[in-house]
Amino acid sequence: MQTLCAVLVGVMVAASVYLILDRNLIRFIFGLILVGNAINLLIFTVGRLDSQRPPLITVHATAAQETLANALPQALILTAIVIGFALLSFIFVLFYRAYQELGTVDTELMRVAEADPNDQLPVSTPQPGESA
Amino acid sequence: MSGLLIFPILLPMAGGAAAILVKSNPRASLLLALTGAGLHALASGLLLYHVHLNGILATQIGNWPAPFGITLVADHLSAVLVMITAIVNLAVTSYSKADIDAALIDRGHYPLLQMLVCGICGAFLTGDIFNLYVWFEVMLMASFGLLVLGQSKSQLYGGVKYVVINLLATLLFLTAIGLLYGLTGTLNLADLHMKVPLIANRGLLEAVAILFLAAFGIKAALFPLFFWLPAAYHTPPVAVSAIFSGLLTKVGIYALIRVFTLVFTFDMSYFYSLLLVMAALTMITGVLGAAAQNEFRRILSFHIISQVGYMAMGLALQTRLALAGTIFYLVHHIIVKANLFLVSGVVQRLQGSFELAQLGGLYRSNGKIAVLFFIPAFSLAGFPPLSGFWAKMILIRASLDIHQYGLAFVAAVVGLLTVYSMTKIWAEVFWKPAPPANHFTDAMMRRKTSTWMLAPITALALLTIIIGFGAEFVFKFAEQAAEELSHPQYYVHAVLGKR
Repeated sequence: MQTLCAVLVGVMVAASVYLILDRNLIRFIFGLILVGNAINLLIFTVGRLDSQRPPLITVHATAAQETLANALPQALILTAIVIGFALLSFIFVLFYRAYQELGTVDTELMRVAEADPNDQLPVSTPQPGESA
Repeated sequence: MSGLLIFPILLPMAGGAAAILVKSNPRASLLLALTGAGLHALASGLLLYHVHLNGILATQIGNWPAPFGITLVADHLSAVLVMITAIVNLAVTSYSKADIDAALIDRGHYPLLQMLVCGICGAFLTGDIFNLYVWFEVMLMASFGLLVLGQSKSQLYGGVKYVVINLLATLLFLTAIGLLYGLTGTLNLADLHMKVPLIANRGLLEAVAILFLAAFGIKAALFPLFFWLPAAYHTPPVAVSAIFSGLLTKVGIYALIRVFTLVFTFDMSYFYSLLLVMAALTMITGVLGAAAQNEFRRILSFHIISQVGYMAMGLALQTRLALAGTIFYLVHHIIVKANLFLVSGVVQRLQGSFELAQLGGLYRSNGKIAVLFFIPAFSLAGFPPLSGFWAKMILIRASLDIHQYGLAFVAAVVGLLTVYSMTKIWAEVFWKPAPPANHFTDAMMRRKTSTWMLAPITALALLTIIIGFGAEFVFKFAEQAAEELSHPQYYVHAVLGKR
């Protein structure tokens, strides 16, 4: 099981590196989702997958009788998932706004679009809906 | 006692939450932010005072005993960085009054600013490596928001680059935490200090160390990993770029110092050789990059990189004096760099541009600003008796002590080249006669400065001078902090109790 998970993490990271290196920001987002999940799976796997028993101790016992599933990695992953979700929703909005303003999702073309002499003031506040 | 550790995190968090409620009212927002920043400075001052008197302070959140719960720890390094964060926050909040318009306040400038401070202080005070990751994320989310709040083209483009590279750094950090947990079974930094030397699989441990170096290296803008910084820092409003420039990369440096003095304490000579080379190249590329720029804030952005190189150099040298030099440098740099960005904003106010070619004549027309620029700029370049001179001198002295002559040479030359950049700004902005008005610098673009802008700049400049003349006191303090860092048992003892 652990070997399988390790190989799976490797494949997912490899695929996400391929996607992240793409100039297209949409592909970058897919790569980011994939690598985020790969890392969560990695944390899950390094927490050892020896046992499927829930980490509960019987009444009046002070220690576990047999090996239990490790609960900590799950708590860590839960935190990482929540944070990852927030970041992902932010990044979707950011990329969408960048697409509206710059008219492209290709990072190379973005640089050309950004070099606009009419956009001098850093604090300019364009109206919503006003786009290229 | 535990309140001392919690308040520097809790106050900006509560302030940020309250600021959301009043964000449509600029006056109430400012009042709330100023009160919050003032209270935060007070709490940080008390914490610093307590730590300086009584040594390392630790508390267990929720009373879960140490390696199981989340620990907050303040040693000299953490406490002084929290204090400086509070000072910069106060300066930037005051500056925001004049710099940030009602539209940006309504979009949430003050809540985000407070949450940024909350994340930074949390990162400085936590004693748990996963918790450090969480504070990094709090800080990042707030900085993403602040960076793109204006939604101009350049901000969105800079924001895309900044967000992308910082997310990747965070993911590397998370991976490294996961692997370290798999090896040791703990996340508490003090406990990691005890457990890491017991690991037999040295190779895997070193791979994890390199992952940490890459993750924090991106945050700190070290040599091959710094390209996101000059792409983003010149785009947001001046108040925002000032707090970014002062604090964000320094959180990366802090994390590097913490992890590599506390967790990875075994002998890794090749690792420190790598860090030395990275530090030297960071200094050189940063200062050369700055020499090629002709925009006020871009020059300053590149100088952040070269300065970060000095701090990494202190860590890489591994002696106590060098660590003290790094801490001195951190204190000096945060104040000076934030101040320089604030000055660039005043200049832009007066003359309507950040481009050196379109500026000029300020020495004649506004000598006060010239003095206020001169102090931080030549402190940055390392002129005695200003703070930067002592910081550079300690580091160069530390590298000469252990016969790293090449590095000492690089540090000295980079200092000279910093003088070149600063005199370039000085000559172009202040000495050169003002260029004839064109459509960029017409009367519409020029606005008045206000006391809200000049007061924080003056205060930070005074602080630079005080650090310069009171260098012995600051150095003693830095030495004490370095003493704690080079003897992790103090830290471990404070967190885990007697062992």
